[in-house]
Amino acid sequence: MVPTHYYLILAAALFTIGIIGVLTRRNIMVILMSIELMMNAVNINLIAFANHLQQIAGQVFAIFVITVAAAEAAVGLGIVIAMFKNKETMNINEIDLMKW
Amino acid sequence: MNFLNLIWLIPLFPAAGFVINGVLGKRMHKTVVGTIAAGAVLLSFIVSAGAVFQLIQLEPEHRSFTLKLYEWIALGAAHTKSGELANFSVDWGFLLDPLSSVMILVVTGIGFLIHVYSTGYMHEEDGFYRFFAYLNLFMFSMLTLVLGNNYLMMFIGWEGVGLCSYLLIGYYFHKRSAGDAAKKAFIVNRVGDWGLSIGIMLIFVTVGSLEFTKVGEAIREGVMRGDFHVSDPLFIGIALALFIGATGKSAQIPLYVWLPDAMEGPTPVSALIHAATMVTAGVYMVARSNFIFQLAPQAMAVVAVIGAITAFFAASIALVQNDIKRVLAYSTVSQLGYMFLALGVGAFTAGIFHLMTHAFFKALLFLGSGSVIHAMHHEQDMRKMGALRTKIPKTFWTMLVGTIAIAGAPPLAGFFSKDEILWRAFSSSQGHVLLWLLGTAVAGMTSFYMFRLLFMTFFGESRVDHHTAQHIHESPASMTTPLIILAIGSIVAGWIGWPVWLGGTNAFEHFLEPIFEPLPIPHAPAIAYSNLAEAGMAAVSVAVALIGFSLAYFKYYRRSWEQQREIRQYGAAYPVLLNKYYIDQLYDALFVNRAKGAGKSLWRFDSNIVDGLVNGSARLTKRSADGSSWWDRWIVDGTVRFVGGFIKTFSWPVRLVQTGYTQNYALVMILGVLIFIGYVLWGTP
Repeated sequence: MVPTHYYLILAAALFTIGIIGVLTRRNIMVILMSIELMMNAVNINLIAFANHLQQIAGQVFAIFVITVAAAEAAVGLGIVIAMFKNKETMNINEIDLMKW
Repeated sequence: MNFLNLIWLIPLFPAAGFVINGVLGKRMHKTVVGTIAAGAVLLSFIVSAGAVFQLIQLEPEHRSFTLKLYEWIALGAAHTKSGELANFSVDWGFLLDPLSSVMILVVTGIGFLIHVYSTGYMHEEDGFYRFFAYLNLFMFSMLTLVLGNNYLMMFIGWEGVGLCSYLLIGYYFHKRSAGDAAKKAFIVNRVGDWGLSIGIMLIFVTVGSLEFTKVGEAIREGVMRGDFHVSDPLFIGIALALFIGATGKSAQIPLYVWLPDAMEGPTPVSALIHAATMVTAGVYMVARSNFIFQLAPQAMAVVAVIGAITAFFAASIALVQNDIKRVLAYSTVSQLGYMFLALGVGAFTAGIFHLMTHAFFKALLFLGSGSVIHAMHHEQDMRKMGALRTKIPKTFWTMLVGTIAIAGAPPLAGFFSKDEILWRAFSSSQGHVLLWLLGTAVAGMTSFYMFRLLFMTFFGESRVDHHTAQHIHESPASMTTPLIILAIGSIVAGWIGWPVWLGGTNAFEHFLEPIFEPLPIPHAPAIAYSNLAEAGMAAVSVAVALIGFSLAYFKYYRRSWEQQREIRQYGAAYPVLLNKYYIDQLYDALFVNRAKGAGKSLWRFDSNIVDGLVNGSARLTKRSADGSSWWDRWIVDGTVRFVGGFIKTFSWPVRLVQTGYTQNYALVMILGVLIFIGYVLWGTP
């Protein structure tokens, strides 16, 4: 039986890698992938605690997150394609419409 | 088949023809258009002939048939002069009696012949369908005029024929003179229509009805009760108002000026509208209103004098005119004068008789002149004609018949009617020997100018220019056939009024007698003349006509027409006659230019005062708008821009935070989350 804090450490590591990916990489696709990584880290947390606390709600919540992640990936990729068609670039620094 | 109940169809056929040709005519072949137009009138003629035939079968006192289609105007109670309330109700109704019988037969019969003639005459013209649509509309209006059983329906027809006259005079609307002539006809007729409408209103106010038969009965009863008297100023007023209407429509002094100008229209129009039918509407109306005129002998004297003077005046102008249609136009005015002379001396039958015979020979003469013009390629000036006798023989022979008829030679139509008028002008208790003298002089002048026309056109040396001479041709059968029929009519039409002194019965007079039954008022005792006296008078008028003929013979036949000789003969009178006594110039100076001047000063008032006010207020508005715009631009906008500029200037340090880089925002967010977590973990005690 693997102790719960192992899972938590793995999840924290994955989450940190995801955050670093989101903050440092310039390619939108990579950023999206990093976000997925973060979400899966959260999922590991949910499962771990569900197991730890012997409550089924955590597992159910994880299924929901996976579902939402799938939808988010579809929407996100759609936005990325539209963006690429308009801007012909994947570089996030060239997409700075949120400026004043 | 009971034709009497079908008389409502008589005006309807041409109306249908008008609608069909007016709407679809542009896309139809000329033959179809002509067939529809002439066919509609032919149907009207057949129904008219049937109805009149059945009317004659009735006893003379029952020969009055009224057909009411529906109540057209129902206004309810209206005040009359006597203080009683009368029901103002007008039916869309028709009245067939001997008078309207004569009129519808003349209108549809001669109208049909002229329609047939027009299919040939107008064949080369643009707007062929337009011409026939108008012509049918005219037939509808004219038949409504003569068939209507009340004054208002007559007025509808009266205005309708006026409109069609306007449209057809202005048929060649691209010619300025035609447009001017059309306007002149319309405006002069307005003056007359004003009188007629006043007369109609007075009739209703006086007797409380507008139906011919009811008005007649009411007046008859009023006379018997003693309510109405001879020479009542009211009746003189009504009669004169009606006569003003008649002078407009029937071209009498002082409103005759439009008719000669109306010759700008196509020749069949001149024949139909301005000779045979429409211009006789005034005669018809006065005859129809005979019960009113009988109560106003003074007005009748005015009618007689105006008629006689017009006859003389117009005949004298016709003596020297050189345009073939103008001669005929003045001749028409003159002959209409004869008709009014007859009406004025109380010889209503004689007036209607002359109306009928005149319709035949004047339509013939006009159509003949049209045939000449057609042959001459639209040349109307007789100075450029001559010696056409052999070139267009059918036209010549028929016009010869018409000329003899109008000159009053027995036994052609003109003789009987003209002679009856002259005789009654002399013998009637309302007649006068001066009226007879004028009339007889006119007979001589008529004979003279008509033979002058004939000789100048058909005899003598040819003055036709070389180019036209090669192309002179007789008109097609569609034109010559109506001429021949009308020529026969011009010979025999008078025979139905064969006078008693020549051993006849004067059937025409007896036929019309019920309409013109004298009112039970004291009449001056009629002087009994023997048949011999009447025969003597007839001989005198024929002799005068013969003198006119021989003068024309010597001056225009024996020696061909020469302008210089003609001018020398008349001396100082020539320019006066040629320029129609300068009446047009006089009217221009008295009325037309005055009206124009008044219009100009009103225009000046409009352009200076009214427009000045408008422009001034516009300028004032613009000024105040300028001020308001300055306020808006500098004060209101200034404030707004100042606020915006202020914020823009002092907000630059803040806006640097907004880099637009997503990752910056994400970093800040994560830092915030970390701070928050730190605070949660360690910040709280």
